[in-house]
Formats: sequence, structure tokens, C-alpha cells
Amino acid sequence: VCVWGQAEPLNSNGQNSLLEEEEEEEEEGEDLFTGSLSVPLVLSLSRSLSLSLSLSLSLFPSATEEVSLDSPERDVLLSDGPSPVTPPASLISPHLPHNHLYTHCSFDEMEEEDTPDLFDISILVSDPEKVGEGMNAYMAYKVTTQTSMSLFKSPQATVRRRFSDFLGLHGKLATRYLHVGYLVPPAPEKSIVGMTKVKVGKDDSSSNEFVEKRRAALERYLMRTAKHPVLLKDPDLLTFLECSELPRALSTQALSGAGILRMVNKAADAVNKMTIKMTESDTWFEEKQQKFENLDIQLRKLHCSLDSLVCHRKELSVNTALFAKSAAMLGNSEDHTALSRALSQLAEVEEKVEQLHQDQAGADFYLLAELLADYIRLIGSVKGVFDQRVRLWQRLQDSLLLLQKKRDAEAKLHANKPEKLQQARDDIRELEGKVQQGERDFEQISKTIRKELFRFEKERVTDFKEVIIKYLESLVQTQQQLIKYWEAFLPEAKAIS
Amino acid sequence: MFSTLLQEGLDDGPDFLSEEDRGPRAVNVDLQTDATLQVDISDALSERDKVKFTVHTKSTLPNFKQNEFSVVRQHEEFIWLHDSFVENEDYAGYIIPPAPPRPDFDASREKLQKLGEGEGSMTKEEFTKMKQELEAEYLAIFKKTVAMHEVFLCRVAAHPVLKKDLNFHVFLEYNQDLSVRGKNKKEKLEDFFKNVVKSADGVLVAGVKDVDDFFEHEKTFLLEYHNRVKDASLKSDKMIRSHKNAADDINRISSSLYTLGTQDSTDVCKFFLKVSELLEKTRKIEARVAADEDLKLADLLKYYLRESQAAKDLLYRRGRALVDYENANKALDKARSKNKDVLQAETGQQLCCHKFEKISESAKQELVDFKTRRVAAFRKNLVELAELELKHAKGHLQLLQSCLGILKGDT
Repeated sequence: VCVWGQAEPLNSNGQNSLLEEEEEEEEEGEDLFTGSLSVPLVLSLSRSLSLSLSLSLSLFPSATEEVSLDSPERDVLLSDGPSPVTPPASLISPHLPHNHLYTHCSFDEMEEEDTPDLFDISILVSDPEKVGEGMNAYMAYKVTTQTSMSLFKSPQATVRRRFSDFLGLHGKLATRYLHVGYLVPPAPEKSIVGMTKVKVGKDDSSSNEFVEKRRAALERYLMRTAKHPVLLKDPDLLTFLECSELPRALSTQALSGAGILRMVNKAADAVNKMTIKMTESDTWFEEKQQKFENLDIQLRKLHCSLDSLVCHRKELSVNTALFAKSAAMLGNSEDHTALSRALSQLAEVEEKVEQLHQDQAGADFYLLAELLADYIRLIGSVKGVFDQRVRLWQRLQDSLLLLQKKRDAEAKLHANKPEKLQQARDDIRELEGKVQQGERDFEQISKTIRKELFRFEKERVTDFKEVIIKYLESLVQTQQQLIKYWEAFLPEAKAIS
Repeated sequence: MFSTLLQEGLDDGPDFLSEEDRGPRAVNVDLQTDATLQVDISDALSERDKVKFTVHTKSTLPNFKQNEFSVVRQHEEFIWLHDSFVENEDYAGYIIPPAPPRPDFDASREKLQKLGEGEGSMTKEEFTKMKQELEAEYLAIFKKTVAMHEVFLCRVAAHPVLKKDLNFHVFLEYNQDLSVRGKNKKEKLEDFFKNVVKSADGVLVAGVKDVDDFFEHEKTFLLEYHNRVKDASLKSDKMIRSHKNAADDINRISSSLYTLGTQDSTDVCKFFLKVSELLEKTRKIEARVAADEDLKLADLLKYYLRESQAAKDLLYRRGRALVDYENANKALDKARSKNKDVLQAETGQQLCCHKFEKISESAKQELVDFKTRRVAAFRKNLVELAELELKHAKGHLQLLQSCLGILKGDT
């Protein structure tokens, strides 16, 4: 299916007219890009080398399932378009011309051109509100952005977004940037069970917990995305944060036709991956890949133990509450007055301790466990870009092979059929250009990945340090409270006579 | 593996038994130790299936051959002694100190076995850590069973009447095997039926309203109290078990962090290693907290569960005697009206009356003592519980703050 059929006509100012069209249509409230995604996908369109557009899509989280730590970013479905990685012109921001972002312009150059803004932005996700009833209900979250950066229209913006909006944003960013080697932070997981409970209107602690968990995850997601210097400038991100109305991202619906197609493609891709073996000339990459493999394993193990801890702490909290009640009953039936009072006090202490355990379990979860889960998914992204690089290499090799074949064929033609010679020569020139572009892309992606990993490691170090300190502080608080409670109890116990 | 474990940890003789409190380890009972008769368990050895307690006696009483002596006893012999008290009619008016529970290392043994099987699947450090933990747990259970057996003996030794019991003296002094065999199947069956009859009878007897306010009150009180102590004991056990589970998780997290720290080449590896170390210590503290809660709270409740049952048994015996007395009265009246077998009925009635009054008198004193003991025991344990919780929390806090200081200083 030719998607860009909708976008035609392309003229020599191909870019601009598309831009205009998009802007128009956006004003009408319909995003060209999202509109196109509602139709099943594999697509590429290659016309001529200069205007070739290829669309690559990342696969979204598996349509049907719940929390899995496998990042969809690993599987980037690439079209077989001849050219690389230039995304459709329409996706390019009106501010930055095409080649600055996506071709062999060096990163350093780009950074010098950046506005010398200090990174100063804070994004909050709050006030989840249920909108609508029954199975069509959804949760709307308030997104507040505060910043002094000139990139934004105003220093403060507040919008309401729903979960599928976030997924839509992620989809666009992933499509645009993953295949060039940028680490696009993964969006929070879909959860059919969780959402159904909320829709059905169950107002119990587990659905409240689910909403809170999701709210926190969405906040972390936005902050992480905004921290990325390249992603921050993306027009879709800016739109997401600033515009009050956002067209609904349709392709994120679970079990949609698009979803199913994606799953099929994902499977096919997995088979493909296994057969690509790259001769790595750069040990840096090999090393890094191994390290990330190890890190992944360890983080998963840690996450598992943490989950168990959270579970047991919650259990402890429940059992402490039960014991408190029992102790109170015992105090009631005790006929020695002072002892009776002491036992009641004990019951009270245990009740407070129960709350402490509950809070501590919360900290265990929201601080540590969620951080680990985020990083496990991020590592999925990392693996994805590594894979992407391998794919590009593969493409390059294919092109080289083809070029060689054509050259050999040309030599033969030269002897036999001179009229086909011109065609052959044209083809060869085309291929040579393709090979050159392929080499440039490979270099570019390698460079980008290096920069991204450097940034990633820095961020990882900061994140972990920060969270560990916060967690220890929560532990400190728990102990301080414990001391307070038992100190209050001791004189009561001593007063028994 | 089991036997090496035992040899390693437990041959320390008296050392391992004395921990924080030396001297009569009367955990749940605050007894005045009497110079005329002091009993304690100075040593214990755990073999395959049984535990051998060394019962040590110091006495100035003339009926003992020496002033200080020791014998080796096993659990069954304690039970024999207890049962002989229960079956003795003369002691019907006393609260018989509850028998110590059977030493139960099954759970620990199972865990140890599982550990042995799973040796291949974990790292060497993890294995040694878990082994140490299990050994500590085993030791704790061991100490507890010793304490329970000792408390039983001390209670008997402190009781003005029971301390003079002949069987008790034989138990303390006779340095050969008492040849007390465990009950065989037939006897166990008899026991079972006796219990059934007793509880049915108990219900009957309990239904009889007592003229004496004191006893009526005690009856209602004990019934309710016993049930609530049972409930509290169950819940406290569950709570402590959850606590232990959480401590185990912290152990695993500590190991994971250690691996992460050694693998990581960035700045954050220091953090991981430090926190791993911290969690290692945290786990030890949390395990101690759980163990102390177990000792001061759970054991206290369990003990008073058994004691309140013994008190209920006393009330039952008194109730039974009352019913017998009332029946004897009725029989006497009937005999007098018919003027037949009057003398017989009179003696019968007098016996019952005497028995009933004797029991009532001692029962009153026993129940008052029970309350005193109970209040004292709870006070002691609750105070110690609070002090230990505070001690651990403060230690924990200090650990955390010093770790935080180091980590914050780094960033």
C-alpha cells in the first residue's frame, strides 16, 4: 500500500508543499502522520534518489500483553527502500532544515548551532481523572511543563493527555529517531487488565495503585525524553507538551489490525536477526554489547528480588495489622489494669509500625523497582540501536555485492550488447551512490551510538546515584519513626506494676 | 552434612547458652530462686533425632546425696514427670506447670536439606551466606527448646509443694536412664479418649454456676483470655515469619548489588558496593529484630497460652470436685430420706467436701499467683522487647546515616 499516495503531489519543492499540507491539515485537527498509521504498514516509496522517502516504523509494545520487560525498540522494521534513513520530509521540523538533522553533518557542528540554553525544564504529570463511562472510559492526566528555554512558546504550559497520546508520541519519536541510532526512551507499558479495572469503575486500592503507578511512569517517561538534547527539539514533543488539543493516536489500540500485523512482522524480523552475522571491526561495540548483556541480566535479577521484597513487606504490613488487633483484644480481656493499658499501647504501636511497613514497601517499589524496570526497558532500546547498526552494515554489504555483480555484467555487455550499456552504466552509477550513502550512514550511526551511549551512561550513573540516596533517606526516616514509637511505648511498659 | 553442622556449632558447652542473660534463664517467669533448690540446664547436645539435656541441681536439702550434681535427660522424661503430676490426685488443686513442647527441628532440617540440594545453582558466597543463616536459625531453635525445658523445671522447683515431689527428686538425681518409654499406640488412644471425655465433661462442668464470685469471675476471664492469647500467638507468629521473609529478600538484593558493583566500570559501582555492604548488615539487624520479637513476644504468648490452659484445667478439676460434692450431697439426702446406707453416704459426702475445699483453697492461691506471675512476665518481656527494638533501630539508623554520609560526600 502506498501511503504517501495521500501526500501527493510532490513537486521539486517536494518538501515545502508537504509541509504546507501538513500544517494545514494539522490545523484542521488531523495529523497527516497519524492518519496514515491507521492503515497497515509496510511501506516504502522510492522515486528518485533525491526525493526518496522511506518510512520505517518501530513496533509498539505487543498488543495483547501486560507488563513485559522486553522493549519493542529492539525490533525496528525497516523498509527495503534504497535510501537510508531520511524520514519523510514532512516530518521535519519547520525550524530545522532537512540535512542538519539527518545526514552526515557532524554532531559537534550541530551542537554549536544550538541555542545556548541551559537545560532547564520540569515536567509534572498529575491529577488523573476518569473521563467517560464504561468500556470507552479513559484516564486523562494533567501535564504541566515549566521551563525557561526559548524552545518553548511560554514558560509554563498545562495540557490534558491520555495514555494513548503518550503512546502516539512515542511511536512518532521512535519512528523518526531509532533507526538513526538515537536511544528513544520506551513508553510505559500497556496493561489491559489494569485499565479494564479502572474503566469498570472499581474504586479499590489496587486500581488506585495502578493509576498511581502509571502516572509516575508517564512522568518519568516525559522527563527522560525531554532530557535528550535531540528529542527535546522534536516538533511532536513540543506539540505534545504545549498544544491543548491533540488528535487521537489510533494505531495504539490493542488488538487492532495494525497491531496484529506488527506482531507478525516482529516474528519475521526475529528470524532475520538470527541470520545476520556481522564482522565487527570495532571492538568498542563488541565490548559494549557484552556489557549491556550482563547489565541486563543483573538488573533483571535485582528487579526480581525487589519485587519479592515489596511483596513480603506488604505481607508484613498486613500481618502486623492483624497482630495489632489481636493484641488490642488481649488487652481488653486482661483484668490487670496497668497491663491492660500497656497491651493496648502495644497494639497502637504495632498499628503505626504497620503503616511504616506499608510506606516502606511503597518506597521500595516506586523508587527502586520502577527505576530498574525503566532501565531494563531502556537497555532494550540500546540493544535495538545495536541491531540497527548491524542491519545497516548488512545493507551496505548487500549493496556492495550488487555493485560488484553489475560491474561484472557491464564488462560482459560491453562486448556483446552496446545498447544496453548506457542502462547498465546508469544502474552502476546509481548503485555507487547508494554504496556511498550506505557507508556514510553506517559511519553516522556508529558515531551517533557512541555519543548516545556516552550520554546514557552518564545519565544512568546520575539516576542510580540519585535514587539510591533517596531510597536510603526513606530507610532513615523509617528507622527514626520506629525509634519514636518504641520510645513512647517504653515508659508504658515500665509502668506496669 | 547435618552432623558436621552440629559438631561445629554446638559443642561449645555452656558458652553458647549464655547470651545476654546469665543466670537462671527463666525467660517467661519471674521466679525467686530459692537457695534450697536451684535447677538449671547447663548443657545440651543435639543428636540425630533427640536432644540430651544436662540437668544440673544445686541443693541444700537433706534428701539428696550430694549438694551439687547433674544428670542427662531427654524430652520424654520431662513429659513423664509432667504427666505424673497431672495424674496425682493430691496435686489437683495446683496449676501444674505446662510441659515443654517437643523439640522440633524438622523445618530447619528440611531447609538445610534443600540448601544442600540447591548447592549447585548458586554462587559460593550465596551458599555460604545461606548456610550461616540456617545454622543461626538452628541454633536459635535449639536455644529456645533448652529454655522451655529449663523453665518447666524451675517452675516445679519454685512451687512449695511440687518441689518436694518424689518423682521430681528421682528425675533430678537418678543418674541412669529412667526407662521412660514414650506412650505406645494403645496408651495414646486411651489418652485421646480421655481428652474427649474431659472436654465434654468440661463443658458440663463449666455450665454449673459457681456460688463463689471469685471463681466465677476467674472462669469467665480465663476462658476469654485463653482464646485471645491463642489468637495473638498465631498472629504474632505470622508477623514474625513475614519479617524473616523480608530479611531473606534483603540478603538476595545485597548479593545482586554486589555482582552489579563488581561488573560496573562507572562511578556508580562504588555506590552499589557500599549499598550491598549496608544491606548485608541491615539483613542481620532485621533478622535479629525478628528473633528478638520471637523470643520476647511470640514465646511469651505461647507460654501463657499453655499456662492459661493449665489454669483452666485447675478450674475444671475444681468444678468437677464441686459437681461431685453436690452429687454426694444429693446422695446423702436421698440416703437419709430412705434411711439406707446413710453412713456410707455420709463418709462419701465428707470426702467430697474435704476434697472440694482443699482444692478451692489452693486454687485460689494458685490463681492469684498466676496473675502475679503473668503480670511480671509480661512487664519484663514488654520492657525488654521495647528496649531491644530501640537498640536495633538506633543501630540501624546509625548504619544508614554513616552510609548516606559517605555516598553523599562522593557525589
